[in-house]
Amino acid sequence: MGSVGAKDVPVLLSPEGLRIDGRRLDELRPIRIQAGPLHQADGSAFVEWGANKVMAAVYGPREVHPRHLQQNHKAVIQCKYNMAAFSVDERKRPGLDRRSQEISKVIAEAFESVVFAEEFPRTSIDVYIEVLQANAGTRCAGLVAASVALADAGIPMVDLLPAVAVGKVAGQIALDLKKEEDNFGEADLPMALVPQSGRLVLLQMEGHMTPEELSRSLDLGVQGCKAIYEKMKQALRDRYTTARLPAEGP
Amino acid sequence: MKPGAGTYRVGGKLYASVLGLLSPRPPFLSVVPLSGRYIPKAGDTVIGTVTDCQTTFWLLDIGAPRWAPLHVTGTPWKVEVGETDHYLHVGDAVVVRVESLEATGRIGVTMLGEGLGKLEDGTIVIVSPARIPRVVGRNGSMIQTITSHTGAQMAVGQNGRIWIGGSPEAIQRAREALEMIEEHGQRAGLSDRVESYLVSTDRTGERGPERPPTETAHRDAVPHELPPEPAGDLEPDEPETNSDDY
Amino acid sequence: MSGEVAAEIRTTHILDLAAAGKRLDGRGPDDYRPVSVEPGFVATADGSALVRIGETVVVSGVKLEPGKPFPDTPNAGVLTTNAELVPLSSPTFEPGPPQPGAIEVSRVVDRAIRAAESIDLTRLCVTPGEKTWVCYVDIHVLDHSGNLIDAAMLAGISALAHSTVPAKRFELGEADYPLEVQHFPVECTFVRLGDSIVVDPSFDEEQAAQGRLTVATDELGRVVAMQKGLVGAFSPDDVRETVQRALAHGDRLRKRAQGGSA
Repeated sequence: MGSVGAKDVPVLLSPEGLRIDGRRLDELRPIRIQAGPLHQADGSAFVEWGANKVMAAVYGPREVHPRHLQQNHKAVIQCKYNMAAFSVDERKRPGLDRRSQEISKVIAEAFESVVFAEEFPRTSIDVYIEVLQANAGTRCAGLVAASVALADAGIPMVDLLPAVAVGKVAGQIALDLKKEEDNFGEADLPMALVPQSGRLVLLQMEGHMTPEELSRSLDLGVQGCKAIYEKMKQALRDRYTTARLPAEGP
Repeated sequence: MKPGAGTYRVGGKLYASVLGLLSPRPPFLSVVPLSGRYIPKAGDTVIGTVTDCQTTFWLLDIGAPRWAPLHVTGTPWKVEVGETDHYLHVGDAVVVRVESLEATGRIGVTMLGEGLGKLEDGTIVIVSPARIPRVVGRNGSMIQTITSHTGAQMAVGQNGRIWIGGSPEAIQRAREALEMIEEHGQRAGLSDRVESYLVSTDRTGERGPERPPTETAHRDAVPHELPPEPAGDLEPDEPETNSDDY
Repeated sequence: MSGEVAAEIRTTHILDLAAAGKRLDGRGPDDYRPVSVEPGFVATADGSALVRIGETVVVSGVKLEPGKPFPDTPNAGVLTTNAELVPLSSPTFEPGPPQPGAIEVSRVVDRAIRAAESIDLTRLCVTPGEKTWVCYVDIHVLDHSGNLIDAAMLAGISALAHSTVPAKRFELGEADYPLEVQHFPVECTFVRLGDSIVVDPSFDEEQAAQGRLTVATDELGRVVAMQKGLVGAFSPDDVRETVQRALAHGDRLRKRAQGGSA
């Protein structure tokens, strides 16, 4: 959306304190999580989060390809975050770019922090994230989808990994920015929480925040993660407590 | 209680490490996984496919995290070095037993023992390894129901690979019964359901090659208005249970 | 899960069934799996569709952007079809550059769209030799349970049929307008299993197949593209018969896709 730079900044916060889509500052976009929509993968999940649509699949633990990545004492976790060409306003050229590679790396490391990888020496756990429709916050949506997919694949881990971004809109700290807010926002702080320990295993930040704002942002993010965590658990309950019906949604 | 399989302990609290069903068997509290790849146990009988022939062993895909080497000494054959492919080819299916598990993740298997060997005919159906107890049933009751109503022969691998032999018709009917178990595996009354399905679709009186499509048969046997049944012997699902103090 | 080498005996069983006119999933030789088309699945695309054939799932998104025409066709727009068999969709797909399988799917779909003249490329031209619309058809496979070519074709053409030319956004017109699809080709794929030729192969059937034949037909009853794939052979009579079957299935697939549009 670089081409719209000349246009006026839209009104991001109403006098009543409501955001562009009517949310309060501490409110998440609607989230729908479906566990196990794919048949080929060992585990999968589809996440619709605001206007994001993200599919994740997990294969493994399985034999490592390429072989030189094999680790003698634990499973390697390989993550590929990929955006479909049509997932953004301006068509993205297919293939890996630097942004995708960085996101893949930090997501893989977040999962390495919670997966009991030493139970599967010399194997690979492959996590694939496909962004089909992007509207800010795709790395968090991808991480949430991948985490549910890992659980669906029966991978042992410390906990599920809820994730959300906190940002700054019209000078105010706000939870879960959508695209317009992100484009004109003053800061972006994506994070992933291990609810069991209360610690963060993914944390990035870009923009301007005072230490005090950052502190409040962390609290707000943790609060958001906890709400998402409940939805992740519910998605898994729904998959395994009902008989499998013909697939709906992808 | 003590931490069993599928759990871990932090600061005096026990947590689930896998998505599964709580299984309290004092003094252990375990979580039985509902999904995932086959995790080998010594003594398990499994069905595998040959993926590679090396000079003194074959590699088998048994649906586990790693391929399992079957050494020539674990077979009834006198195999000369470099002649492994005279006995088993890539794509051949075999029944083997898990013999050893090493810290490296290596899975040792053998073909020496009763009921083990190469599979020559029939077909292999793959179900989730978590469903195998349901497929077998109490004391093998489910398998007996399926084989006696279909005339098929079956061998169940603990790894979720199930061999079915017999006429193509018998194989297909046994497959359909297994599909039912895949779909309704978490519900109680499964055994009766499968049996009534097999009885209602028994066509021994009809003869002739014409069969109604599977879908119709399914609908007849399992009306959608069947009330949901209680979970029976299974504990309610509590995935990723946290912060429960034990 | 079909990650393992397909056991030979499974293949033999599939062939035994085929000899008796039967199939693994209970279908007859000429039964297509249930098909669904969901247009408009991706809001960020100028046109899109999610297609399911049985358990196979494919999503396609169309993007239109201004660009330069090729020097040898200064009056024509540019159409590019690209299929991604991402490793998410199958245990057999590896990450990395496009593999021959993905390129074959892209090219077979591209040929049908072009040969049927689905899009009048001259109407995409803005200023001859200078500026034209470039139309990208991107196809993403999400779940590979067999017959990717038919699914990719149906997704691609359905996405095109629901596309909007974003003229206003790029300041090339007063308002956006629908992309006109003149002809609606669909592919229909068959595989040989022994003496039997079955339509719409499942993943297992593709593993057992002794040859694959794809026939693209349009609503005028024209054959617009063909592709023989996998190891195996077909007689001229096989081909003639398959074309007739493809025409009949083609009509049904088109109705399914166009009915889904409303």
